[in-house]
Amino acid sequence: MADMSSATRLHPLRADRQSGRTVSVTPAGDATRISLRARPDAVAKLSRLLGLSLPTRPKSTAVAKDGRAALWLGPDEWLLIDAPDSDVAAVLARADVLHSAVDVSHRNVGIIVSGEGADRTISGGCPQDLSLAAFPVGAASRTVLGKIEVIVWRTGEDSFRIECWRSFSEYAYSFLQESAKDCGI
Amino acid sequence: MSSSLSSGSNRIAGKGRLTPAKTVRFTFDGQNLTGLEGDTLASALLANGIHLVGRSFKYHRPRGILSAGSEEPNALVDIERDKARRQPNVRATVQEIYDGLKAKSQNRWPSLTFDVGSVNDLFSPMLPAGFYYKTFMWPKFAWKSIYEPKIRAAAGLGVVPGEADTDRYANRFAHCDLLVVGGGAAGLAAALGAAETGAKVILCDEQPEMGGALRYESGVTIDGLDAYAWAEATAARLRNMSNVTVLSRTTAFGYYAQNFVGLVERISDHLSRPAADMPRERLWQVRARKVVLATGAIERHMVFANNDRPGIMLASAARLFLNHHGVAVGRKVGVYTANDSAYAAAIDLKRAGIDIPVIVDTRDNPASPVVEEARALGIEVLAGHAVFSAGGKRRVSSIQVKPNKGGGNERRITVDALIMSAGWTPSVHLFSQSRGKVAWDAANERFLPGDHAQDCVSVGACNGTDDLQATLDEALSAVAASGTRLAASGGSGWVGGMVGSAPGAGADTTVKAFVDFQNDVTAKDVRLAVREGMHSIEHVKRFTTNGMATDQGKTSNMHGLAIAAEALGKPIPAVGLTTFRAPFTPVTFGSIVNNARHGLFDPTRRTPIHAWHAAQGAPFEDVGQWKRAWYYPQAGEDMHAAINRECVAVRNHAGIFDASTLGKIEVVGPDAAKFLELLYTNPWEKLGVGRCRYGIMLREDGFIYDDGVVGRLAEDRFHVTTTTGGAPRVMHHMEDYLQTEFPHLDVWLTSTTEQWAVIAVQGPKARQIIAPLVEGIDLSNEAMPHMSVREGRICGVPTRLFRMSFTGEAGYEINVPADYGQAVWEAVHAAGKPLGLTPYGTEAMHILRAEKGYIIVGQDTDGTVTPHDAGLSWAIGKNKTDYVGIRGLLRRDLVAPGRKQLVGLRTKNPRTVLEEGAQIVANPNQPVPMTMIGHVTSSYWSENCGRSIALALVVDGTKRMGETLYVPMPDGVIEVEVTGTVFFDEKGERLNG
Amino acid sequence: MLLIKCPYCEEERPELEFRHAGEAHLVREGKIIDQSDEDFAAFLYLRQNPKGLVYERWRHIHGCGRFFNAIRDTVSDKFLTVYKAGEPRPDLTAIKAEGAAAPTTRKRRSRTTKSEL
Repeated sequence: MADMSSATRLHPLRADRQSGRTVSVTPAGDATRISLRARPDAVAKLSRLLGLSLPTRPKSTAVAKDGRAALWLGPDEWLLIDAPDSDVAAVLARADVLHSAVDVSHRNVGIIVSGEGADRTISGGCPQDLSLAAFPVGAASRTVLGKIEVIVWRTGEDSFRIECWRSFSEYAYSFLQESAKDCGI
Repeated sequence: MSSSLSSGSNRIAGKGRLTPAKTVRFTFDGQNLTGLEGDTLASALLANGIHLVGRSFKYHRPRGILSAGSEEPNALVDIERDKARRQPNVRATVQEIYDGLKAKSQNRWPSLTFDVGSVNDLFSPMLPAGFYYKTFMWPKFAWKSIYEPKIRAAAGLGVVPGEADTDRYANRFAHCDLLVVGGGAAGLAAALGAAETGAKVILCDEQPEMGGALRYESGVTIDGLDAYAWAEATAARLRNMSNVTVLSRTTAFGYYAQNFVGLVERISDHLSRPAADMPRERLWQVRARKVVLATGAIERHMVFANNDRPGIMLASAARLFLNHHGVAVGRKVGVYTANDSAYAAAIDLKRAGIDIPVIVDTRDNPASPVVEEARALGIEVLAGHAVFSAGGKRRVSSIQVKPNKGGGNERRITVDALIMSAGWTPSVHLFSQSRGKVAWDAANERFLPGDHAQDCVSVGACNGTDDLQATLDEALSAVAASGTRLAASGGSGWVGGMVGSAPGAGADTTVKAFVDFQNDVTAKDVRLAVREGMHSIEHVKRFTTNGMATDQGKTSNMHGLAIAAEALGKPIPAVGLTTFRAPFTPVTFGSIVNNARHGLFDPTRRTPIHAWHAAQGAPFEDVGQWKRAWYYPQAGEDMHAAINRECVAVRNHAGIFDASTLGKIEVVGPDAAKFLELLYTNPWEKLGVGRCRYGIMLREDGFIYDDGVVGRLAEDRFHVTTTTGGAPRVMHHMEDYLQTEFPHLDVWLTSTTEQWAVIAVQGPKARQIIAPLVEGIDLSNEAMPHMSVREGRICGVPTRLFRMSFTGEAGYEINVPADYGQAVWEAVHAAGKPLGLTPYGTEAMHILRAEKGYIIVGQDTDGTVTPHDAGLSWAIGKNKTDYVGIRGLLRRDLVAPGRKQLVGLRTKNPRTVLEEGAQIVANPNQPVPMTMIGHVTSSYWSENCGRSIALALVVDGTKRMGETLYVPMPDGVIEVEVTGTVFFDEKGERLNG
Repeated sequence: MLLIKCPYCEEERPELEFRHAGEAHLVREGKIIDQSDEDFAAFLYLRQNPKGLVYERWRHIHGCGRFFNAIRDTVSDKFLTVYKAGEPRPDLTAIKAEGAAAPTTRKRRSRTTKSEL
């Protein structure tokens, strides 16, 4: 009988690179991610189950006390990001309202961009206005970085979480490293 | 050694703003020279008495420095840091010198002072406008092989570097309330006014320092300060404001829709030793709520014979060189003008101790304070006179002067420089790019901004506002500045002048009175164009190439237009203005490409198991952006040996294949089956949970769009697979129908391509190999037959295990969360190795599926193939009343006889492998061009069949079974027999093995 | 690069986030299988492509993912309005159409369909 617990995770990125002066670009740790889809009439019930208010305004997010986060991506679409050992999938499996929950934990890779100049670093490839007025702390949006699609989530004035698909993560990581060299102070 | 000497003999002590002690060493054509920090290459060369800097484009005439800015048509040089970092066609008037700068002149051989190509000047009567078009028409073949290469070698500007550019380039998207283009008095005032209201402002200027015309003006004050000091102080103040970004050395080169403006910031071109990670340039893609154009005006030259001699330059340039760089452009400087502005330059030079032998003014009775001031300084003013020629070759040595109206004496006046001004052309380039309409100001013979097409406003000289106080007021009011007020004194508005040929440039057919210096276009060329029937200014432009060089006719367009209008006998506005296009000045490819180079040129997508394949030495095949393992060569094996071994191993034992790139879409919701019914030709409602089906997706026109296996995980949950290349477009296609045609369905789509690593284990020993690793799934044939899916665990991690096959063997596709992919692959590989499990790549995969006649969408289909054509009629739900493509399939042409159908081909010689794409004919002896009845879509050597195999699309192919057809190739005709598409295990018994 | 207002994100976003998706208000018949050759050919291939105002579909593919409709002037590239998929065609006379002619309507445009109800 083969060893059943032998399969170990292999993250596509290695946090072994220099960042640009004041800006650091580092891979985020493993996370549980769910692509959640539902119509407006299911939002209240799903919110209660999840322990957070699913955001209904464009570009907004909600974060529960335990760190579970919901990012508004579209009028019926959220990305849930939670701890790696989260029970969120099981919680949603119990929901008896119309919805779709699909595990995308391994589909996405997170990259943290932080420090003075983090916004400029992302603006090296993202055409959205990332000023605090247009993209305040807590804002999140699917958008473009260079030649790939990403989600940009502003977690602080000088900190962002970028989410992209796994096979694009090497590109995103290199792109942000390159841009950070131009944008750090 | 005094510093004024070391930085050039024409440096005037006490003049200019550069620091005499800060010397900079550079070379020009190998000659060691010294300039000062803050010099442009042009000012430093002039300080050293060098006027001759290049040869002209067509006639190879000696050329000097015309201007002091980005409008420069003549002084183009080659700047080289090293072999890879060499830039041709750099304007000496823009390039700042740095210690160690190496500049070379261009377009000359063997040297700048003796240039063989200048014989073109002697033969110039034979080189009129349109000469190339007329002369090199016959024989036709000679254009490409002889004429064009020779002309290109003899003419042209700089030489393109041969090596890849090693510089870095950056990009920045920026958003602001106000973008101000131009940092002269108008731009600074507008930026300040807006910044003080709290607006987010970006101010850019192409020069190293803000100030614009204030850099050369004298005797002007703003807010009680010397105007340039005010400009410096204002720029410093703006730089300190957190809501303002001040970008110097930054050109706004393109103005696009909705106030989207492209800027290029030159970051390191002026530095002696730029830091290693410093970008050379940064592209700014700016989106502004409002744009203020404060782009100023450009002085025009006078059009007269030999007006291109080195030492002849614009008056404002001479003034800048004197007042900013402290350089006198000559010791005996003549002046030729049609307006007042050259007087100010003459006065400044005279006061600096330079001899001004004459001011030649085309106007009969010039009268203004500056004219009086010049006279009072003892300068001779020849009113109503013209310069009809200039003497000297590599440097102007004299001018010949006579009265405009004839009569009177011709005079020859010795000079070592001539400064000139025909008047000022407002810079409406960006305004025009913004799709604004220009309006003709008849009184002052100039085009000014008319109707704006976007939220932008022009202020100052580019708007025809000539007075400094009016400019400041206009700029402040344009940005609705609340408290800011600025008071100016002095500063003259330069209006008037002339456009077109100066008196005496005449209709003479031999003199060269240059209109466009960079493209060697003379006044007579423009007249010739009109005579030859070019009546539209756009045609004149293309016939003469006036305004078509890298300077885009900044100094020449108005002159050319005026001469054409005169020749046509029409007023200027009736002849029209050529369109201004981006870029305003040349933009490097580097800045446009910016960081999209090397690893960032395009994303390279790697599967979660990539590192394992690479460690085995597998070459990779590019499939879209994906890298897929192609085959796994063992020691001593060539590609074919490796592929043959892999193909045989799969059929005899088992193979392991990385199928992670397959597209995957999770379809969830109570209407999931109903949705799939509409998107695929197949029926889905009755597919049992845990079962799979091969699905075909059509476009509305009835042609195959994609295919893949779909598994039902639950009543309301399907795991859909797509082709590797089709994943994004299939998702888009499905979303399109779901959102816009079938929005009433309760179903959602989620891309899960990258959630799952997919490990295909195929072959008679597949079950035996994976069984020990799998938990919670009964793998027996009875419990889990071909085309079924189960959820369970493998190697301790969750899996979606598919029993399916793209090889014709019994097999599995193990889906595990991506990060576990490599570990599970390694575990399966280790478990299977003793049983002969062999990794196989995409090439073996292609062969194995072809042996079974399984199609690949995009290879065996091409967007014109229906399921019937592909032999897949069985996959169409017979009782369905709707699905995408159902109506398309009924189209007359799609059901008519004579369609191409997918068949197998066996070459008569089993060792002959057909070429994919080869054409098929019924009779090889028919005359050329033959009637082609199809083509080969897939062709391989099949080690398992011991012969070549091929698939082909052939007209009425299914009716031709057993028929002999022919594939004509360059080295002979290949005979083939038409067969079915299945070459191996025709009954499909091995699937259930 | 255009700025396009997404009716779902309720703000203007850069064109890079969008994909053009062809002419709007083409109606896929409920019983498409019974459609005449002529009508089906028109549905499949015939497009207006006028100079001036066009009704067109866009997808905010790198944003909220939604398809929506827009009226754009092909001469000036200006968007007159955007509206959600399934919403009726806006009344053009109510929209200021400076200097641009209203799109010519064809027979099949005048049909009332489910996507316009």
